[in-house]
Amino acid sequence: MYRQLRQPGSSNREWAMNTPVNSGGNSGMRGLRGGKQRYSILSLARNALSHHENWQRAWRAPELKPAYDVVIVGAGGHGLATAYYLASRHGIRNIAVIDKGWLGGGNTGRNTTIIRSNYLWDESAAIYEHSMKLWEGLSQELNFNTMFSQRGVLTLAHSEHELREMTRRVEAIRLNGIDSDVLNPAQIKQTVPIIDTDPRLRYPVMGGFIQRRGGTARHDAVAWGYARAADDMGVDIIQNCAVTGFLIQDGVVKGVETEKGTVRAGKVACVVAGHAGVVADMAGFRLPITSRPLQALVSEPIKPILDVVIMSNAVHMYVSQSDKGEIVLGAGADAYNGYTQRGSLTVPEGMLAAAVELFPVFSRLQMLRSWGGIVDTCPDASPVISKTPVSNLYFNCGWGTGGFKATPGSGHVFADLIARDAPNKIAAPFTLDRFSGGYLIDEHGAAGVAH
Amino acid sequence: MLLIDCPWCGPRDDEEFHYGGEAHILRPRDAAALSDEAFADYLFMQQNPKGPHLERWSHNHGCRRWFNMLRNTATNEILEIYPMGEKPKTEAGQAAYAANWRRETAAEKNALSGEGS
Ligand SMILES: Cc1cc2nc3c(=O)[nH]c(=O)nc-3n(C[C@H](O)[C@H](O)[C@H](O)COP(=O)(O)OP(=O)(O)OC[C@H]3O[C@@H](n4cnc5c(N)ncnc54)[C@H](O)[C@@H]3O)c2cc1C
Ligand SMILES: [Zn+2]
Repeated sequence: MYRQLRQPGSSNREWAMNTPVNSGGNSGMRGLRGGKQRYSILSLARNALSHHENWQRAWRAPELKPAYDVVIVGAGGHGLATAYYLASRHGIRNIAVIDKGWLGGGNTGRNTTIIRSNYLWDESAAIYEHSMKLWEGLSQELNFNTMFSQRGVLTLAHSEHELREMTRRVEAIRLNGIDSDVLNPAQIKQTVPIIDTDPRLRYPVMGGFIQRRGGTARHDAVAWGYARAADDMGVDIIQNCAVTGFLIQDGVVKGVETEKGTVRAGKVACVVAGHAGVVADMAGFRLPITSRPLQALVSEPIKPILDVVIMSNAVHMYVSQSDKGEIVLGAGADAYNGYTQRGSLTVPEGMLAAAVELFPVFSRLQMLRSWGGIVDTCPDASPVISKTPVSNLYFNCGWGTGGFKATPGSGHVFADLIARDAPNKIAAPFTLDRFSGGYLIDEHGAAGVAH
Repeated sequence: MLLIDCPWCGPRDDEEFHYGGEAHILRPRDAAALSDEAFADYLFMQQNPKGPHLERWSHNHGCRRWFNMLRNTATNEILEIYPMGEKPKTEAGQAAYAANWRRETAAEKNALSGEGS
């Protein structure tokens, strides 16, 4: 079973970008339709009069029911988005989203929030750009300010070779209809005045490329916005309730075991990121995934000095300034498997050394917090969105160091897979059987740095 | 951050070491006899436990020798270090070895076929 050999940005271009996947549905299907109070400038003013003490709860704290049409395991951004799109696009509302902790407390609440769609292969371009388009209307759709900010994502090249490779990637990206521009060091200096472009640096800035539609969003707000909108349509979000096993009969999933008892379900969808391997093990199959801590840190808030996102694969650093003024810095993943959710100190240490060289003003920054999240990485640095060896059990995982940007698109195509029991064109390349079929989507170049 | 007790050099910071992934993955002898799925078990699938994990390490920036290690991935506790080519000797190590799904795969059976003859 050969599939056509690929040239990035060429053969499948039409296929990738004109994929007839219905992302909108009719607009009447979108957003808040239940009884929830809408957020607006008027509601803000009204609530100010009562000292903001009468805001409605954003979501309920329901009891777990004995049965649902769909149980989603994992209330991170991807799980909540899946519930929202199942309810809003497919009319499936008898859903529970079950999390062992609090919603958005996994990698969704731990990431550095970089959003971009400048990947090499057509398959990746299709899913990340699908996501980007959903981001562009998300705050309005959810009636929740996700603080999506298209401030631009600038990736640096530190060697002649890296710059050439980057230029080639830019051509592939542009052929997929996605914006990207190569910049020379002078243009970079103009865009980012605090960067040191001295050619004598250990890692000199030789050039870079920018996706101007890229940027950041407020990670918590994304989880909260999806949670509120899903809850509004009747989805039960159950927090502090670990899933401990599956009910499987004759190869078909019938429900899950949880800390709060057994729940029967027509379909079960797992979106548990770093714990994908642990949960797959409960269901009796394996995944090509390793789990490792990935770390980030933030500084004290300072005045605005950086209005684009900067990434560097070579020194393994990515940095932006939050709207609060903190400098948000991401480091690399540990070199060995682990679930300790803190990671090795040497990793941020090495990253900070490089960051201070590129941005000398950072040398006097005081760091406030550092933390880790457990990232689930596939051998080809691409996700798994797939049916599994167990019928009616679906997995969405393997986003590794870079799945925040995909939250809307991932939830959208995963909901479609669950509703129809078949992947649409965007999801199809990301099935689990690519590891036996050999059609890997190698994105180590574009995903090379953890973001 | 780990303090790893190299069998030849003694306790050193993990920065000196290279992680070699899951231990005891045997290369199939007759790969052509395996289905694509069975070969993918060998090539791509991972034992990714939250708990005791058998793994390979090499003291890259020291004596450059390889060894096996049993480490709890939830706590980073190092439970056993033993030579390449050998099986774990502690109870926890033997349990981790036996519990690995790999022991039942066609790929591992293929790798072991003809052994002892
Ligand atoms: C430091 C760091 C920086 C990052 N930076 C970026 C970035 O800049 N840009 C980007 O695009 N991506 C980034 N990422 C990756 C991104 O955070 C993730 O890919 C994405 O958030 C995954 O979302 P999720 O909803 O799948 O997982 P999560 O948010 O981790 O949600 C999974 C949920 O499953 C729950 N769960 C696990 N096991 C069970 C169980 N047995 N029962 C019930 N619930 C369970 C967990 O509690 C968790 O809430 C970064 C990650 C980290 C750690
Ligand atoms: Zn040594």
